[in-house]
Amino acid sequence: MRYSLTPAVAYPFLRILRQRRFLFNRWTVGTLLVAALIATPLVAVVALALTPSDDVWQHLVETVLGKYVLTTLHLVLGVGLGTMVIGTGTAWLVTICRFPGRAVFNWALLLPLAVPAYLLAFVITDQLEYAGTVQSLLRATFGWKNRQDYWFPEIRSLGGAILVMTLVLYPYVYLLARAAFLEQSVCVLEVSRTLGHGPWRSFFSVALPLARPAIVIGVTLAAMEALNDLGTVEFFAVNTFTAGIYDVWLNMNSRSGAAQLASVMMVFVIALIAAERLARRGQRYYHTSTKYQALPSYRLHGIKGACAFVICLALVALGFLLPASVLATYAAEFYTDTLSTNYVRYVWNSLSLSALAAFAAVSLGLFMAYGVRLNGGFVVRAATHFASIGYAVPGAILAIGVIFPLGALDQLIDAISRTTFSTPTGLLFSGTIVAIVYGYTVRFLALSYGTLEASLSKVTPNMDGAARTLGHGPAATLRRVHFPLVRGSLLTAGLLVFVDCMKELPLTLILRPFNYDTLATFVFQYASDELLEESALAALTIVAAGIVPVILLSLNIVRSRPGHALEITKEPVS
Amino acid sequence: MSGGLHVNNLSHAYDGLPIVSGVSVFVAPGEVVCLLGPSGCGKTTLLRVAAGLEVLQRGQIHIGERIVADGVGGMHVPPENRGIGLMFQDYALFPHLNVFENIVFGLPEPNPERIRWVDQALEQMDLTACRQSYPHTLSGGQQQRVALLRAMAPEPRVLFLDEPFSGLDTTRRARVREQTLQLLKETGVATLMVTHDPDEAMFMADRILVMNDGRVVQDGAPVEIYFEPVNGFVTALLGPVNRFDGTVEDGHVVTPLGTFDANGIDNGTVVQILIRPDGIRLTLPATPPPSDSGDAPRKLALAASKSGNSSVTPVFRVVSARPLGRSSHVVITGHNPSGSEILIEARVPGVFLPEPGCEITVSVNAREAYVFAAD
Amino acid sequence: MKHKTITFAGLFGAVIIGAIAITSAGDTGKEVNLYSYRQPFLMKPILDSFTDQTGIKVNMVYAKKGMLEKIKAAGANNPADVVLTVDIGRLNALREADLLEPVRSAILETNIPVHLRHQDGFWFGITTRARVALASRERVKPGELTSYADLAAPHFKGRVCMRSGKHPYNVALLASIIAHDGEAAAETWLRDLKSNLARKPQGNDRAQAKAIYEGVCDVALANNYYMGKMMTNDKKPEQKQWAAAVRLVYMDQDGHGQHMNISGAAVVRGAKNRDVSVKLIEFLSGDFAQKLYAKHNHEYPAKPDVEASALVKSWGHFKKDELSIEAIAKYRPLASRLVDKVGFNDGPNS
Repeated sequence: MRYSLTPAVAYPFLRILRQRRFLFNRWTVGTLLVAALIATPLVAVVALALTPSDDVWQHLVETVLGKYVLTTLHLVLGVGLGTMVIGTGTAWLVTICRFPGRAVFNWALLLPLAVPAYLLAFVITDQLEYAGTVQSLLRATFGWKNRQDYWFPEIRSLGGAILVMTLVLYPYVYLLARAAFLEQSVCVLEVSRTLGHGPWRSFFSVALPLARPAIVIGVTLAAMEALNDLGTVEFFAVNTFTAGIYDVWLNMNSRSGAAQLASVMMVFVIALIAAERLARRGQRYYHTSTKYQALPSYRLHGIKGACAFVICLALVALGFLLPASVLATYAAEFYTDTLSTNYVRYVWNSLSLSALAAFAAVSLGLFMAYGVRLNGGFVVRAATHFASIGYAVPGAILAIGVIFPLGALDQLIDAISRTTFSTPTGLLFSGTIVAIVYGYTVRFLALSYGTLEASLSKVTPNMDGAARTLGHGPAATLRRVHFPLVRGSLLTAGLLVFVDCMKELPLTLILRPFNYDTLATFVFQYASDELLEESALAALTIVAAGIVPVILLSLNIVRSRPGHALEITKEPVS
Repeated sequence: MSGGLHVNNLSHAYDGLPIVSGVSVFVAPGEVVCLLGPSGCGKTTLLRVAAGLEVLQRGQIHIGERIVADGVGGMHVPPENRGIGLMFQDYALFPHLNVFENIVFGLPEPNPERIRWVDQALEQMDLTACRQSYPHTLSGGQQQRVALLRAMAPEPRVLFLDEPFSGLDTTRRARVREQTLQLLKETGVATLMVTHDPDEAMFMADRILVMNDGRVVQDGAPVEIYFEPVNGFVTALLGPVNRFDGTVEDGHVVTPLGTFDANGIDNGTVVQILIRPDGIRLTLPATPPPSDSGDAPRKLALAASKSGNSSVTPVFRVVSARPLGRSSHVVITGHNPSGSEILIEARVPGVFLPEPGCEITVSVNAREAYVFAAD
Repeated sequence: MKHKTITFAGLFGAVIIGAIAITSAGDTGKEVNLYSYRQPFLMKPILDSFTDQTGIKVNMVYAKKGMLEKIKAAGANNPADVVLTVDIGRLNALREADLLEPVRSAILETNIPVHLRHQDGFWFGITTRARVALASRERVKPGELTSYADLAAPHFKGRVCMRSGKHPYNVALLASIIAHDGEAAAETWLRDLKSNLARKPQGNDRAQAKAIYEGVCDVALANNYYMGKMMTNDKKPEQKQWAAAVRLVYMDQDGHGQHMNISGAAVVRGAKNRDVSVKLIEFLSGDFAQKLYAKHNHEYPAKPDVEASALVKSWGHFKKDELSIEAIAKYRPLASRLVDKVGFNDGPNS
């Protein structure tokens, strides 16, 4: 145990020493176990990728791979840029500026989050294609007879896909950017003003850089969702990398080839995230000032105010009002078709599944984020980051990653049970909703983990130290200090996961047990035959179920602003 | 070992960079020991390792009769099981709990006796009125006292204070220090305090450990540290100094302020001589020099007449004089043996505000001129 | 605070129990477990009458992908007994993964003609569907389009609409062309077809009729039953207009005959309810179910003596391509690659 403290010599020894220590740390082991549990399906996909896949790659490289990559880059960049500009811009507008309707837009801008992209794609196409309302109106107005008489942009295109995804995904950025702006100490902004920067320059030089981690998380979430989407791109006939993965899997019957493509995509995402983290390494985003005041507000007059109003209204109208009202119209006409089925059961299934998954994702996310906080060694950090990459994997591929390990586990338990108790246990996990909840958790852990990690990082480590020296162990500290402090973020994380689970489709389809339908799968069986109208009520229910959490989210954020808390809890001081 | 805190030969490194190297500290029950040093000297690391917030790498820590951490074998008792209290520089009060809830946070179960103690302490610390207040509504001084009470409520055997008064303004500091010291002495807890402020250390400590570069440079009572610093670093750490360079010749060293005994340092050694501003005595010449043409020769004569004295040098003039309340800060100018001009700071008791430009007589008590071999 | 926690925990427990209680899949007794690539609402009337007549309950999961992997992962515990598919591709993939059980059944062998079932009984075609051409009544004269080759002829430059070249129906068609004419000829055909496209391949089969109605193009391909469904769609009457704008044309009547695909069924290897499973497939191939298929879905019954729906019959008799379904299955992967190679899905302007 003797070692020199000369830097160069001591370094490896200390590493070994530390690693040896954390092996005995229950929390570290626990964190690694949870990370392993979550990462298992991802590892299964990678393992699948290691089996030979004929000459799929050669074929792809020679033919379509380049186009897939290019199209995907365009899509991801388009959606990333679109959500970033819209999400950040509107967040800034509603937090800092005063204009007509601001109070309503404050929460209404979140509503598109409740609309599944494939539903909006369907509705928008219905409106914008040749027989749709818009073109019919144009023809009637200008007396055009047919398609040859005029030009109209093709909605079933890459541009259309970017538009639709941006409209439903920008709320991620909006949500996180707004929270970040609200949390910023106003002093920092005022310092900027006193240094001679105008409000807009202050935005670009101070507020934006400070909100960068939050915005990056939001854009990453949106981009990953665009990356692994299938429903929308298929509907719009956009051949992305993900569409290619499914093609290799189902048309070329090469599961391993598909897994290889998916692994490549994972590596790409990991590299992208790592690059971003590297780019802001060394920057710290602790809030140094604890003084908060009401945020300054710039009143937008006349044309500026009107512009702000119109922009916000357009976003809410296109992303939410339009699909909701179209669905409502259909629902009014065809609601009996939906009600004649087990509609109530589907609602219950959707709600209970989403609630369970939200609970699981938040619990595990908190556990992991806290585990990293307790022992942020390289191994633990890498493991948790890998575990939260499930969001970047196409849903059906992830489902395959779920069923193989779960199936193996079931077989093992069954075999043991048969020999020991002579009773078969059957598909204990992979044949029940445990599989779906597990799949959801793996897929959406990034949402809860990211939110909670960010929230925990704002709690000064001295809080931990204080609680620990006051006789509370790590668990008690989590329960009595961190849990109350990050409660708002727990709710945010849970609601985000809940809303996403309500909309989730590919995982649910594959992992569900017999005779088990959710609202999303029910809608899908009709939508896949372009008979969405007949399930419009169910589709509308998905949207409606998403609104409640969205409004809760909104209230939660406003309350979480320190300045507000101060006003609420202020006690008379002698 | 009987009670208190023993830190034995502790070494600690971050990423291979040594922060603390072989430091030993003993704090007896009821004793207040200060770790004094500049920022980055390793004193806070030492405190965090002793408290168990960092895993000990090398050395040994006892609290009371118990070993709580041992580098050999990697033994590590987590902080919650060490029976200690720690007060953080930023107080780290729990924002979701009110003052009372914060203070009783560390009590394992509702204990009427301790709650009575808490109420008394709140009273004693003038905090009774904010018992139900939330931390962010309190002033800095109030927060500091709440943090102290919170750390002390579970009756720790060892209390760690990390820069406990740095967040307070000077006017409030004196009172809070007094209250704190009183409370510490009443309870008889072994206290290890970390600070970079020499006044604070002098005021609070029974013993001061001066740290530099991860090592203990000097360990002693405050008076000892102040009046018998072991090197230039300690001297300078405890307050501003006038610094002169010189070389030992015939067991003495010559400075602009006179010639001093080299304390046995070998002849030919390059040394530095440090003299605190309050070690310099200033007196106005008996008769203020009239401003006639015969001024210059007479002044030279005056200087020459005293040149035999070891602590008087040729010519000094006042540059500025500022009142500091109970003392005055006077800057004077003189000349090196080489002839170049130097500035010297002095602190004189009472109000002593000679006109800038006027000539002044300087004397230094040889005991207050510290001569050390140059680094 | 404590009280709230207990309430919350209680509520949550109720959700868990409730959620799990609903999941009940039998694997023994009078039940049969079905993995279906067909939408449940299409199968429901038929399966309901099976339950009515036999007292056997049918449990079902519907998905378009991943069923094979699910069966494989469950190993010996696999609960699925029967798989229903909408084309030969999936059946063949299951067979190649060795996940199907050969079935010997006199009833099935009588009901289903040899070329519509696997020679060793690994799978059975239940219905057949013709991938026919739709031609604009206004802009395409009768006789102008008679074969798949015509679609690729310069005459139709800029006048053809297609669903994605990767859709299983189109892949199967291309596979049949490879089987008949060879890979090189198939590739040329696909290239020429691509250059004839009026727009990038998109939409489903109904959308092709709609495009002709809208004047985007003049000819397209669709499965014949979609015509029936559009013509009888009272819920969306506009689809009747789409159907009215097109004429259904059987292809290659002077050649190999109209390309056909199947919807099929198979028993999963190691099925726990094997006997009941066979009974279900026998039921599906029987007169009663075959008539329902014909009536509701406008497909062609596999059983030769069951007639197609009146509407389908009204389109006239036609010559079917008797190419074995297995041959089509064999060439599917190659067909899929040809689509990539030609860049079919990129549309006419690439």
